[in-house]
Amino acid sequence: MLENKKMGRIVGVNGNLLTVEFDSHVTQNEVAFAIIGDVRLKCEVIRVRGSRADLQIFESSAGLKVGDAVEFTDTLLSVKLGPGLLTQVYDGLQNPLPKLAEKAGFFLQRGLYMDPLDYNSTWEFTPMAKVGDKVAASDRLGYVPEGIFKHYIMLPFAFQGTWEVTEIAPKGVYKLNDTMAKVKNAKGEERVVTMVQEWPVKIPISCYKEKLMPVEPMITQMRTIDTFFPVAKGGTFCTPGPFGAGKTVLQHSISRYAEADVVVIAACGERAGEVVEILREFPHLEDPRTGKPLIDRSIIICNTSSMPVAAREASVYTAVTLAEYYRQMGLNSLLLADSTSRWAQALREMSGRLEEIPGEEAFPAYLESRIAEFYERAGLVVLNDGSKGSVTIGGAVSPAGGNFEEPVTQATLKVVGAFLGLSRERSSARRYPAIHPLESWSHYKSVVDPKEVAYARGILRRGNEINQMMKVVGEEGTHIGDFVIYLKSEFLDFVYLQQNTFDEVDAATSAERQQYVFERVVGVLKDEFKFDDKDQARRFFLELRQLFTDWNYSPYNSDKFKKGEEAIAAKIKERCVNA
Amino acid sequence: MRKVYHKIIQIAGNVITVEADNVAYNDLAEVTSSRGISLAQVIRLQDNKVFLQVFAGSRGISTGDEVRFLGHPMKVSSSEDLLGRVFNGAGNPRDSRPAITTDQIDIGGPSVNPAKRIIPRKMIRTGIPMIDLFNTLVESQKLPIFSVAGEPYNELLARIAMQAEVDVIILGGMGLKYDDYLYFKNVLDEHGALSRSVLFIHTASDPVVECLLVPDMCLAVAEKYALEKKRVLVLLTDMTNFADALKEIAITMEQIPSNRGYPGDLYSQLASRYEKAVDFDGAGSITILTVTTMPGDDVTHPIPDNTGYITEGQFYLKNGRIEPFGSLSRLKQQVNGKTREDHRAIMDTMIRFYSDYKETLEKQSMGFQMSNWDKKLLEYGVKFEKQMMDLSVNIPLEKALDEGWKILADCFDKTETGIKSELVEKFWPK
Repeated sequence: MLENKKMGRIVGVNGNLLTVEFDSHVTQNEVAFAIIGDVRLKCEVIRVRGSRADLQIFESSAGLKVGDAVEFTDTLLSVKLGPGLLTQVYDGLQNPLPKLAEKAGFFLQRGLYMDPLDYNSTWEFTPMAKVGDKVAASDRLGYVPEGIFKHYIMLPFAFQGTWEVTEIAPKGVYKLNDTMAKVKNAKGEERVVTMVQEWPVKIPISCYKEKLMPVEPMITQMRTIDTFFPVAKGGTFCTPGPFGAGKTVLQHSISRYAEADVVVIAACGERAGEVVEILREFPHLEDPRTGKPLIDRSIIICNTSSMPVAAREASVYTAVTLAEYYRQMGLNSLLLADSTSRWAQALREMSGRLEEIPGEEAFPAYLESRIAEFYERAGLVVLNDGSKGSVTIGGAVSPAGGNFEEPVTQATLKVVGAFLGLSRERSSARRYPAIHPLESWSHYKSVVDPKEVAYARGILRRGNEINQMMKVVGEEGTHIGDFVIYLKSEFLDFVYLQQNTFDEVDAATSAERQQYVFERVVGVLKDEFKFDDKDQARRFFLELRQLFTDWNYSPYNSDKFKKGEEAIAAKIKERCVNA
Repeated sequence: MRKVYHKIIQIAGNVITVEADNVAYNDLAEVTSSRGISLAQVIRLQDNKVFLQVFAGSRGISTGDEVRFLGHPMKVSSSEDLLGRVFNGAGNPRDSRPAITTDQIDIGGPSVNPAKRIIPRKMIRTGIPMIDLFNTLVESQKLPIFSVAGEPYNELLARIAMQAEVDVIILGGMGLKYDDYLYFKNVLDEHGALSRSVLFIHTASDPVVECLLVPDMCLAVAEKYALEKKRVLVLLTDMTNFADALKEIAITMEQIPSNRGYPGDLYSQLASRYEKAVDFDGAGSITILTVTTMPGDDVTHPIPDNTGYITEGQFYLKNGRIEPFGSLSRLKQQVNGKTREDHRAIMDTMIRFYSDYKETLEKQSMGFQMSNWDKKLLEYGVKFEKQMMDLSVNIPLEKALDEGWKILADCFDKTETGIKSELVEKFWPK
């Protein structure tokens, strides 16, 4: 047995980079294990030079010595795909964290790896394919129920060409490793299909007919996003912002209220505390669409900042592979990665250790292509059977110094469909969400009439100009007409752009309510008012703002909501000329 | 008997290289030179070359000096006897009492499994309105004080430590001025807190590299105590010195610098320390308060910038006051909904007005006519600075809230505040 294994020995240790002299041959990106006593530490080959390979190690390298053995596995870094992924909490290498805690206690134990899926769990299988059917990779052989979804058991994505079903399990209860089907190809090769398959994380799953243009909006229930800077199912967006601007709060809010089927949250190199909030709250929060706990539709990948850096690099790939897997079942997956900058920094750390020639800010030259590859894994696709599925990717970006000119933000902006830029200016003024209404953009379709949106943005831009001007010429030097436009832009900001994530009602605004309220708000923007002086105008808009704020806090179509609307109408009448 | 090596083949900066076999990464060695014995740590292995960072510095080390590998990484005692004691950056006693060698544990241990953490939920009361009311400190939070040289950051740190209700205080000083060390010691002593404190002090006159171990030693001890169900407060001052020591070693090792000479892994290095702050599921907690002095008051400098992305907010100390802008406690939402119903509303409204006040000040300084509204804001700003921001104010949260309503009522009428009508009806001073 031992003779068959490809072995090597360590000749250098530099942080999380091992240099290994190997005996026969190695494959780029294959997994290897460094052996220290009876502990085996997972590594990945990232460069080969002559008879030496450089490996990034997914654990702390403390205690390794020159001469220690390394065992190569011949397989690329992969994840296991099968029923039971939903509700799980994994680290970047798909180890289930709660199970690790059961086994190792408070701390993460080096070299302890566990099965990502529970092989003792049982699932009720219903076959869909028949003996004699010709099938290709990703074709559905049957399904098991997982939460509210039909989890399809598909022909593994790695099976190339056409296969004939020679055996299919009858309806019944099975375990993950039971044989669900047997298939044979034209060459006479026979293979067994279980409920679980493996897929290398760094390679996109491409078993679909074609990729379509994303058009249908992905409702996030955030007014600024859905109305002004919408996101599409199968699209991509990024949320760059300096620290403290509310990136994470925004991402959490989207993960809660977005109308996606499956949400994969990749906490990549960020604070552990933030993940804990999701871990502890999602099992108790109700998904408004299904009435089930939010965790039932979520997978959490959690490789926080103090966990090993190399595993951080792997974590976003693990996350996107899981999202693609559920897409193959005709579902809409949403991947939220917080933060892609940490992932880029992991690349930079390894690049530095490899002593590669650095690009801008010491990021490697391949940074842009890696970021593009990652976002290109999003998309709306037509599957083999004609149904559609999508992966939407939203990445938070943490630019150094809050400066959007830095390489990660710039590389991301080139490839995303929507840019939700968070500004320190707005967050300091407690204007949340701090998405900058003038700098952000989106290529996707809004939930309201785009003409009205353009009108509202026009007011915002004009109001901003007038505000700048007022700083030079003073309020007394500003014409009252201009002053009212400024007040209108402030009004729009306060009652529509700003949204209180911590209020039960205001936190989520349905598309229907957005359309309804936005019409009223634009109505006010278009109305002509008559004021004697600026103080009167200011007071009027303050009062109107108060009424709208109270209105936003009232449940949609409740009595309070209707009363609020009447009060608003009465208030507008007081001063409106064209009413 | 461990082998002794006599041939140092390279000395560069504070890193020496010897040829040796069977040495493990991260292990310690003792380097004996004419200046005495210093600890050194393995930071790189390449074929038979071993790179060691010498904590006492390489000055006076000769190529013929003795290097003896200890066969284990850095350890620190975690015994209860540590309480009331002072150690230096290498873990040796600074108070001329005997060394403690029991209960040795490794420093820089693995990170906590996120599944074993719980959501922080306990407010730490400090009596400072700018903290309690506007940026509430929470048990198990990690929070730096961003400041510049000359500000009373160590005083602020000491004051919070004295008022916080915790079981153990661990102070880690990095490049601390000797006066500041004595100040901390005296304050702890005066409040009778020295007997529940452990001090790891690296002063400005000690070798620079020695401060690299301070955070890890403090946090290893803190972790041990927290597992014994104690609530531990760790104070680290000043993290900028720690980051600069990292930079020094990285440059010596010819690593490619990422930004202003700092190594590319600065974020990960800082994070692995800060992330030790934790509220354990079924045990104690660790709260970390640090000082980060910003070179040139520049928050975009790599040290404060990376720190800000790691920590759960920051207190911005400027001109002897905690600035409301730039200061942030990310965990405040966990607790400020449960204090008093008007807490969040007062917090948001007062800060918003203060921001408006700042704008008005700008207008005023440019000589513009002040409208009625501007005059109200000016009155408000002065009151806010005096009754809320001044660091000498020491009142409990509830009193600070009442004070807030009073200031609002003095300056504005009810509609102008924009607070939910229900709250205004209940709390508006009659």
